[in-house]
Amino acid sequence: MKGNVRRIAFCGVFTALAMVFSYIESLIPIPVPIYGIKLGIANIAILAVIYAIGWKEAVIVNFLRILWTAILFGNMNSFLFSAAGGALSLLVMIACYKSRKFSILGVSIAGGAAHNIGQVAMAVWLMDSTAIIYYLPILLAAGVFTGAIIGIAGGLTVKHIKASI
Amino acid sequence: MKHKAKVQEKRQHSLVRADLWLAAALLLAALAAFTVIQCFIKKEGACAVITVDGRILHRCSLNEDAEITVSGYDGGKNTIIVSNGTVYMSDADCPDRLCVRMGAVSRTGETIVCLPHRVVVEVTASGKDQDKIDGVVR
Repeated sequence: MKGNVRRIAFCGVFTALAMVFSYIESLIPIPVPIYGIKLGIANIAILAVIYAIGWKEAVIVNFLRILWTAILFGNMNSFLFSAAGGALSLLVMIACYKSRKFSILGVSIAGGAAHNIGQVAMAVWLMDSTAIIYYLPILLAAGVFTGAIIGIAGGLTVKHIKASI
Repeated sequence: MKHKAKVQEKRQHSLVRADLWLAAALLLAALAAFTVIQCFIKKEGACAVITVDGRILHRCSLNEDAEITVSGYDGGKNTIIVSNGTVYMSDADCPDRLCVRMGAVSRTGETIVCLPHRVVVEVTASGKDQDKIDGVVR
């Protein structure tokens, strides 16, 4: 029972952290003129929840992060994009995590790539233009690199917090 | 205990190796798709098609210089300029102005996208049906 309360408290902290990360990231201007290229620092918190608490809790934390970030700092448009990216990314990350074939680095890389695929799919659907698909290769490669950076950061985070959960 | 740590380390190594294979496979797929798009899909374009929220508003030939202002989703304004066979977004009142920073495009399949206003400018090959619908400002 006491352990359960701890886990719930940690989930709350990570939800708040993920939201702050999402917000901070929206303040940083993108250095290249292509949509969808960003570090994805909120994913550090999501990775930490998957590894330190559990994947089911990660689903809840991720859902709350996307919902509340959109309500507080975004709009319907931004909600649809982050929901598409966030949901597909988490689905792929959980699949990779459960397969036990990859470390946190690979899980994060797969998540980064899936996030950008989800966003391109949403853009194609929303704007009804298939030409947007031509951005996919660049975004896929970008997702691998940013996913790797976040994976390393996530690995370090998990290493340091695991003892206290 | 020492043995257990060694097994753990070995397992970690094989996991990281799988990570690197995954990264390499994804990058290779991205590179292959990029090459195919650059070599086989992108050709000298003839026409710019401007859509807002999926509806085609304008088709204009890249050979005729023009300045077009469209009102996008959420009431935003985008100014598109056709000049010297290329098309670019000269001004927009969206928050990020990424569309303006995307620069000029001229080859088929190339696009300028303004996500907040849901405006897409796509370069296409055929310039036959140039029915300019409304709002062309010269």
